[in-house]
Amino acid sequence: MEGFNGLMMGFGIALTPMNLLWCLVGTTLGTAIGVLPGLGPALTIALLLPITFKVEPTSAFILFAGIYYGAMYGGSTTSILLNTPGESASIVTSMEGNKMARNGRAGAALATAAIGSFVAGTIGTLGIAFLAPFVVDWALKFGPAEYFALMVLAFTTVSAVLGNSAVRGLTALFFGIWLGMIGIDLQTGQARFTFGVQELFDGINVIVVAVGLFAVGETLYNAATYKEGETKITPLKGSLMMTKLEWKRSIGPWLRGTAFGFPIGAMPAGGAEIPTFLSYYAEKKLTKYPEEFGTVGAIEGVAGPEAANNASAAGVLVPMLTLGLPTSATAAIMLSAFQSYGINPGPLLLQTQPALVWGLIASLFIGNVMLLVLNLPLIGLWVKMLNIPAPQLYAGILVFATIGTYGISQSYIDLILLYAIGIVGYLMRRYDFPTAPVIIGMILGPLAEQNFRQAMTISAGDWTVFFTRPLSLTIIVISVLLVVAPKLYGMVKARQAVA
Amino acid sequence: MISRRDFVVGASGAAAMAAGLGSLPAQAQTVDLLKMFVPAAPGGGWDQTARSLEAVLRATGAVNGVQITNVPGAGGAVGLPQFLNNWRGQGNSLMVAGMVMVGSLIANKSPLKITTAVPVARLTGEFLALAVPASSPFKDAKDFVAALKADPTKVPVAGGSAGGSDHILLGTIAKAVGVPAARVSYVAFAGGGPAMAALLGSQVAAGISGYGEFGEQIKAGKLRVLAISADKRQDGIDAPTFKEQGIDVELFNWRGVFAPPGVSDADRNAMIAMISKMAATPQWAEMCKQRDWTQITLTGDGYKAFLDAEVARIEGILKDLGLA
Repeated sequence: MEGFNGLMMGFGIALTPMNLLWCLVGTTLGTAIGVLPGLGPALTIALLLPITFKVEPTSAFILFAGIYYGAMYGGSTTSILLNTPGESASIVTSMEGNKMARNGRAGAALATAAIGSFVAGTIGTLGIAFLAPFVVDWALKFGPAEYFALMVLAFTTVSAVLGNSAVRGLTALFFGIWLGMIGIDLQTGQARFTFGVQELFDGINVIVVAVGLFAVGETLYNAATYKEGETKITPLKGSLMMTKLEWKRSIGPWLRGTAFGFPIGAMPAGGAEIPTFLSYYAEKKLTKYPEEFGTVGAIEGVAGPEAANNASAAGVLVPMLTLGLPTSATAAIMLSAFQSYGINPGPLLLQTQPALVWGLIASLFIGNVMLLVLNLPLIGLWVKMLNIPAPQLYAGILVFATIGTYGISQSYIDLILLYAIGIVGYLMRRYDFPTAPVIIGMILGPLAEQNFRQAMTISAGDWTVFFTRPLSLTIIVISVLLVVAPKLYGMVKARQAVA
Repeated sequence: MISRRDFVVGASGAAAMAAGLGSLPAQAQTVDLLKMFVPAAPGGGWDQTARSLEAVLRATGAVNGVQITNVPGAGGAVGLPQFLNNWRGQGNSLMVAGMVMVGSLIANKSPLKITTAVPVARLTGEFLALAVPASSPFKDAKDFVAALKADPTKVPVAGGSAGGSDHILLGTIAKAVGVPAARVSYVAFAGGGPAMAALLGSQVAAGISGYGEFGEQIKAGKLRVLAISADKRQDGIDAPTFKEQGIDVELFNWRGVFAPPGVSDADRNAMIAMISKMAATPQWAEMCKQRDWTQITLTGDGYKAFLDAEVARIEGILKDLGLA
C-alpha cells in the first residue's frame, strides 16, 4: 500500500492552489506547443529552465510534466486536421486521422484522440505509481539483442502500409532506411551520405521528412489536380462528437494501444514511435472494418496509436523517476532541471524526495483531467478550420509546415530538405507509391542497425546471440509467426476447399 | 538561432539572490552586453557552462547583460564555422567549447580547427569514471586491465558516441597498458540513459561516463567505480584514480571559452582579465561545486599551448582507434 499512501500525499501537494495553477499553465502551454509543429516539449522546457532559480522544485516539475503531457495531446491536432504531424509519435495518427477529417469525421477523430490520450495517460500514470519497480526490472533485461528482435517485430508492421504493389512499397521502405542512415554513424563516428554538408551530420529530422511527404507533397498534388469549384474535403458529416458505434470501436484500441505504449516507453531504448506502429498494425488486423483503412479513415487507426503514444510518454517517466535514467530528450532536460536544484536523480530519489516524486505523479493525474477538459471544447473550433476553401487551406498548411520546420533547428538546410522531400512526396503520390513506409524505414532502419551492431560488438561477432537469449528468441519467433501464419492458414484453407 | 536574452535577464538576477551570492561593487570596466555563442542545444554541458558564467558575471557586476545564441549540431562542428566567420572581429563575444569539439572536428575530418578561434580560458573539467555493475567480477581497475589484456573483444564497454570523451578514455587506457586501441570492444549508445541502462542490466562488462552520472547509482549500490580519470583523489568520492592503480591515464573532459578570430589584442586581454577575475570568485567556486565541475583554470598563452598539445594527443588516440 506504499503506492496508495504516497499517491494520497502527492494529491495533498498537487492540489494546492499554486500547484494547480502551475499544472494549468503547463498543460495549456504544452497543448499550444504540441499544436505548433517544430517547437517540441524538450526545447520548451530547456528555455524555461531559468525559472528553476525562482520556483520551488515541486512546482517546476508539475509545470514541466504538464508541458510534456500537453504536447502529446496537442501533437495529434495538426496531424488529424492538416496532415502535419508536430512530433514523430503522432505521424501514425495522421494516416487514418487525416482521412477521417477529410470525410467529415474530424470531430470524432479529434475526440477519440483526446479521450484515448486521457485513458492511456491515466492508466500509464497508475502504472508509474504502482508498477514502476517491476517494469524497470523487466525493461533492463532488454539489451541490444532484444531491441534488435523488437525492431524485426516492428518491421513486420510495414506490411500494413505497403499498399497494393509490394515493389512500390518496398522501394519506399528502402528510401526511408537510406534517409535514416544519413549522418554521423554512432558506432564509428564517421559521416555517411552527407556529401560534406555539415548540417546533415546529425542526420535528417524525421519530422521534416514526415511534413515534407505528407503536408507539402499533398499540397503539391492537390495543386496539380485542382479544378475550380470542386471540393475534396467534407468538413462535417453527422455529429461533431463520437457516435455510439465510434465509442464502441475506440475502447479496444485505447486499451491495446496503452498495453503497447507503456512497457515499450519504459524501455530505455524503446521510444514513442514503435508502439504507435505496433498499435496501428494490430488494429488494422483486428478491425471489423478493414475497408475503411486508408480510404475514408478508420477510427481504430487513430484511437490505438494516440493511446500508444501517450502511454509511452508515461512509460518514459518510469526509468527517469526510479533510476534517474533519461531515455528521451525531454526527460534529459527534466533531469538537468533536477540538478539545478541540487537534487541528484537516481535510484534513491523516491526515498530522498518523496514529496517531489508523489506530487509530480499526482499532478499527472490532474493534468490529464485538465487536458481533457481543455481539449474537448476546442474540437468544435478546430473542425471549423476545414471550412476554409481548399486553396487557402493548403496555402495555410504550407505556411505552417515551413514555420514549424524552421522552428526545429533554425536552419535553412531543413527548409530546402522540406521542399525537396515535398516534391518527392508529390511524385510518389503521382506514381502511386505509398509514403508511410518511408517514415517507418527512417525510424526503424537506424534503430535496427545500431542495435544489431551493438549486439554483435557485445557478443564479439557471434550472431547466434539473437537466438540464444530467450527474450530475443521469443520476439523473433513471434515476428516469424506474424509473417508466416496467415500464409499457412490460407494454404490450409485452400487445400480444404480443393478437398 | 535561439536568442534568450529577454528571458534570462530577469531570471538570473533572481538566481543571484536565490543563491545568496550578494553583489560586489560594480567594477570600472563593466561590459554592457556580453554575447555568448554555444555550439550546442540548450540544456547540455556547454549551455550549462554559458548559463553559469552568465549568472556569476552578472552577480559580480562584471557585465550588465548577456545574450546567448545556440547553434546545435555534430559536437559543435555545425556551429564553429558560424562563429569563425559571422562573429569575426567582434569584441565582447565568447564561444563556449571543449574537448568534445576537438574530437568531433578530427573524426569528421573537418577542415576547421578549434585553434582558429582565439583561446581565452580553460575553465572546468569533468573527470570520467570506469564503472561496473555491482555483480561484476572486476573488483578494481587491475582486474579490468587483466581481462582487457587477455582478450579485449570479450570486455564490451558502453559509453557515448564513437570518438567522444568516453571512447577516448578507453583508447587511452588500452594504449597505456599495451593493448592495441583498435581492438577494444566499444559499444556506443546515443545518450547517457541507454548506456547506463545497458550497464545496470549487465548487458556490457563496464561503462565509462562522467563521474556525476554514476554518482547516484553508486550510492544506491547498483554500480561500483573501478577508477576515476582525475589526477588525484577527490574529496567525497570513494574511488581511486587510474594512476594510483599503476595505470598511467589522466583525462578531463574540459570546457573553456574562446574569442572570435580577428579581435584586437586589447579586446582579447580584456576578456582574459574578466574571465580570470570571475574564475577567482567564491560564487564561481560554489557554482562548480554544485555541478560537480573541477576548476582547472588556465588562461591566454598557457591555454593556447595546452590546446595545441591536446589536439595532437586526441588526434593520435583517434588514429589508434581507427576513427581518424
